[in-house]
Amino acid sequence: MAKFERKGKKGMPAISTASLPDIVFMLLFFFMVSTTMRDTELLVRNRIPSATEIVKIEKKSLVSYIFIGTPTSKYQKLYGTEPRIQLNDSFKSLDAIRDFISSERDAMNEYDRAFLTVSLKIDEDTRMGVVTDVKQELRKASALKISYAAKRVEKIE
Amino acid sequence: MARPLGEINASSMADIAFLLLIFFLVTTTMNVDTGLARMLPPMPDKDQPIDDKVEVKQRNVFTVLVNKSDRLLVEGQPMDVSMLRDKAKEFVVNPKNDINLSENTPTEVDFFGIVNVSKGIISLQNDRGTSYNMYMKVQNELVAAYNELREDLARNKFGKAYKDLPEDQQKGIQKAIPMRISEAEPKSIGGKN
Repeated sequence: MAKFERKGKKGMPAISTASLPDIVFMLLFFFMVSTTMRDTELLVRNRIPSATEIVKIEKKSLVSYIFIGTPTSKYQKLYGTEPRIQLNDSFKSLDAIRDFISSERDAMNEYDRAFLTVSLKIDEDTRMGVVTDVKQELRKASALKISYAAKRVEKIE
Repeated sequence: MARPLGEINASSMADIAFLLLIFFLVTTTMNVDTGLARMLPPMPDKDQPIDDKVEVKQRNVFTVLVNKSDRLLVEGQPMDVSMLRDKAKEFVVNPKNDINLSENTPTEVDFFGIVNVSKGIISLQNDRGTSYNMYMKVQNELVAAYNELREDLARNKFGKAYKDLPEDQQKGIQKAIPMRISEAEPKSIGGKN
């Protein structure tokens, strides 16, 4: 009669980890490609409202950002709790918007200038007063294409 | 004669790759910019006299007022935001030819032939004290009203969703249902901020 028996202590063969770097590299490349480094530090509280009818902004290179909201707790001692405007990396007054827009325009190539979109990232607790002022400034700077930043939700409660 | 090289130990490769991977994982922000796209009206000329405004018939204007305590007044009546979308749609389409709702002008549009295009304008006015959240809700409802009308038209005419249509057909629909939301010149009624 045939006998099946374990011959000694053979153990499992070691799993080859040679393909592990490949897998990791694959993930690495994915994240490298999809990464966008955050280029501005947020100085204001920025919880954007939600909406259902939003559209994507197609080209990121054509977008300039204006942040509005109450300064974060770190800056409240210096700047108070009234909503303020942040352009690039610092708090700015209303008058600075026109210079900001023209410098953003200068940084683009000529062909793209007409397509400049201003994305307004406004905290949802802001009052419309400051928003209206900013919009008036944008009209004066003839940056008429704007986008009110919002998150996509299926339904507004 | 060259000696056969010993194999290079590649096991630390994984560690290096992991290190990089973790770095990129941490620094990644995968935010897609989304928002409600709008066009601001151009600034009026300075020498243009103020009373030289384009006359628009009262019935063609759908006024939406938002006051500083976030209440809505639509065409002179208080209203909840949830009703706004249907009211706006009714105003634009005017199915029963109500004399208080928008007028139509027959216009030649590609793909559709002669279409009654609404002359209605939705005028949105807010106070300085209105909260941005409320303002966005109202904007969203108004845009949604137009989008739903376009979607309906796309389904009836082409049997497809609006976003799946080729660009020229979308243009045709946009012409048949033009989005006219005007934001009035700012006024300050409810006091500063």
